Amino acid sequence: MAKIQLNGKKIDLKNRYSILKLLKKYKINIKKTAIELNGNIISRNRYGLVYLKDKDKIEIVHFIGGG
Amino acid sequence: MKKDTFKVANQIFKSRLIVGTGKYKNFKETAQAIKASGADMVTVAVRRINILDKKKPLLTDFLDPKKIKYLPNTAGCFDAKEALRTLRLAREMGGWKMVKLEVLGDKKTLYPDMIETLKATKVLVREGFKVLVYCSDDPLMAKELEYLGASAIMPLASPIGSGLGILNKINLSFIIKNSKVPIIVDAGIGTSSDAVVAMEMGCDAVLVNSAIAKAKNSILMAESFKHAVASGRLAFLACRMKKSFYADASSPSKGLI
Repeated sequence: MAKIQLNGKKIDLKNRYSILKLLKKYKINIKKTAIELNGNIISRNRYGLVYLKDKDKIEIVHFIGGG
Repeated sequence: MKKDTFKVANQIFKSRLIVGTGKYKNFKETAQAIKASGADMVTVAVRRINILDKKKPLLTDFLDPKKIKYLPNTAGCFDAKEALRTLRLAREMGGWKMVKLEVLGDKKTLYPDMIETLKATKVLVREGFKVLVYCSDDPLMAKELEYLGASAIMPLASPIGSGLGILNKINLSFIIKNSKVPIIVDAGIGTSSDAVVAMEMGCDAVLVNSAIAKAKNSILMAESFKHAVASGRLAFLACRMKKSFYADASSPSKGLI
């Protein structure tokens, strides 16, 4: 079990989660987002390989309206 | 006349109007305004996704990044580090290298922090980004950005979202005359006539957000800007008449009865 921070919110993961599994859990479109794990960008082809551990900080971002 | 297109960072655009996608009532209005503006490039911001409410519509559902060029910005970043982080994520997400750098220095005026802006420009250029840089209307800073490898210089007309128009035409004309890279007036444009003036002066393009989004009828205003930018460009290419202090009659005096 891991306690992580997802976009600033504390979340408890009961099982072992890869980034890919986490994205699936929250139904997040992989193609429209980018991910930073503990300050490092994770490229899409590594989502299935990187597993989340306790105290990880993950940021998932997308494009919104802006000037 | 040869077809007049706008070239920046080796990419060609039909329109010299770049439109911001913030501040609209909803994405439908955003999409309609962008369509009416004729713009083929829009600025977008990078933000956290809403984990809890995934039913919220997405910008990409209304504006297809395959059909219109997304120019990611760093709005809300107050130092080089934050701006770099944002643009690296944007590159990862979109896969493109053309970005708008904007490092703010003051919350009230949203005036750019030029020291941090120069710092970030240097790193981004080194990392292969094509950087369009929001900056103060200081001719020396503009030259420095060009020297560092900026793909375009984007001096403010007046503070972001103020609608005050071009406050320092002299500085802007210095920047235009001295620059070898495109000049895009960014921030402070209030209405179409401001865009005409900028284009007449010789700017390569204009970036507008609030003036369109905050107009009572944003779609009509977007169309107005489309014509304004095209009109100002034509006036620039045509080269205006010289100003004279006294009158010069338009009708000949010869044959006067």
